[in-house]
Amino acid sequence: MQRLALIAVPYAWLLALFLIPFVIVFKISLSDIALAIPPYTPTLKDGFGPFFSALDFENFAFLASDDLYWRAYVSSLRIALVSTFLTLLVGYPIAYAMARAPEEWRPTLMMLVILPFWTSFLIRVYAWMGILSQEGFLNQFLLWTGVISTPLTILNTNTAVYIGIIYTYVPFMILPIFAALDRLDGSLIEAAEDLGCSRFQAFWLVTIPLSKNGIIAGSFLVFIPALGEFVIPSLLGGSGTLMIGKVLWEEFFNNRDWPVASAVAVILLLILIIPIILFQRNQQRQAEDEA
Amino acid sequence: MNRLSWFNVTSLTLGFAFLYLPMVILIIYSFNESKLVTVWAGFSTRWYGELIQNEAFLDAAWVTIKVAVTSSTLATVLGTMAAYVLVRGGRFLGRTLFSGMIYAPLVMPEVITGLSLLLLFIGIGLDRGVLTIVLAHTTFSMCYVSVVVSSRLMTFDRSLEEAALDLGCSGFDAFRLVTLPIIAPAVISGWLLAFTLSLDDLVIASFTAGPSATTLPIKIFSAVRLGVSPEINALSTIMIGIVTVGVISASLVSKQNSLRQQRDEQAAARTA
Repeated sequence: MQRLALIAVPYAWLLALFLIPFVIVFKISLSDIALAIPPYTPTLKDGFGPFFSALDFENFAFLASDDLYWRAYVSSLRIALVSTFLTLLVGYPIAYAMARAPEEWRPTLMMLVILPFWTSFLIRVYAWMGILSQEGFLNQFLLWTGVISTPLTILNTNTAVYIGIIYTYVPFMILPIFAALDRLDGSLIEAAEDLGCSRFQAFWLVTIPLSKNGIIAGSFLVFIPALGEFVIPSLLGGSGTLMIGKVLWEEFFNNRDWPVASAVAVILLLILIIPIILFQRNQQRQAEDEA
Repeated sequence: MNRLSWFNVTSLTLGFAFLYLPMVILIIYSFNESKLVTVWAGFSTRWYGELIQNEAFLDAAWVTIKVAVTSSTLATVLGTMAAYVLVRGGRFLGRTLFSGMIYAPLVMPEVITGLSLLLLFIGIGLDRGVLTIVLAHTTFSMCYVSVVVSSRLMTFDRSLEEAALDLGCSGFDAFRLVTLPIIAPAVISGWLLAFTLSLDDLVIASFTAGPSATTLPIKIFSAVRLGVSPEINALSTIMIGIVTVGVISASLVSKQNSLRQQRDEQAAARTA
């Protein structure tokens, strides 16, 4: 009895507030827009027969035919891929140096990496608006040092979006790589060097392969949220920045086209399923390796 | 092995400068006298004064705190239950679906979670306001709580629970008197995580909040969309300050606790 209640309460909660909402999104993605409340048709009030016969794939056909959506999906994928790679380039040296730091420093360094994660995401993105704008801190600094003579336009471009994604997600890259490097047995690298490897060769042939799991985990942890990102492209990106999270938001709040917004969500979900499954597999394999 | 080459020192310095400089600059400029946020015109706490008098922000802050406290408490209860079911529940019908529903929200884009919950609330005719934000926040943060708590439950010595049951405890008493005190640190960090996630959330709250309830992130977002503002700098500085003090004191407390535990264990080993 007790066990049943223990299972039933969280189960029912998740069914009602996680699974059923998705079924509704899927259903509305097959509906038509209507000038009514709620602004789509059919609803279950029409009865079961007409309800099912009125559902169709029209919204998906619309998404496929309008190249705005295509370009938004492609450009989200590109931005997410490029920024994942850049985050790896920024995060790896930090994780590497943390793992080489004296042992008593490491907990403090870890805390310094985690601390920004507890600070508001919105504020961390906002902080860059003041730095990257035309008369912002970065431009003032570069003009003062004489590196540039006219201010750079960075805010409201894709460059700003990349900087924003790297900045907010780099802790997710650092932590798994650090965890992998921290466990790495230093004598392996010494052995490689004794056997004639240069430092760089030892790094490339020993350290990188042994931190592979951390690199993969970190990359997924950056790529998956970056793909559906909304706050960063809408604050740092410009009108030319196409990202699917932003398109969905605008379709819903500005155009009030719920069926199309739902279809956009369904496709985004389908795209995300592949990296999510790959990520789960990687985590499982890692857990098995450790066991 | 522990040599810090110039390369490592440089990457640590540059890396942490990259992580912290933007926030430092934000904090410095929050004390700027000028309304023009990028021109330094002398030290002043003027924007903090204006912030305290801004009732819209104060109202939003109050709503945010109410939502965060309620949803993180609910999420902690539900998430701990879910973790217990996952780790100790054994086999039951639909277990795979259950664990899927626990892990899926962690990787779900916020826009999709927000949209789907909004469509549910409209479908069942629930007025959007504080209640709907609480329901939404509880749902995604209970998943984070259950991940944190279940990792603690997995490393937990089960024989302690069995001993309590053998000595005549009921299942619930064994949980209350043995399991809960041992997993308490994980439950507390789960609550803290849920609390910060709720404080922080913009996207899901924007979908599920109605005109009657605005949270602080919604308010900040609509203000900063138009550009940088000194009042938001002041507000951000206050929020960064609270979080920093909170995280540092929490880590000091947990460090002290683990030191005490070590001492106790050593003392126990000596007397045994």
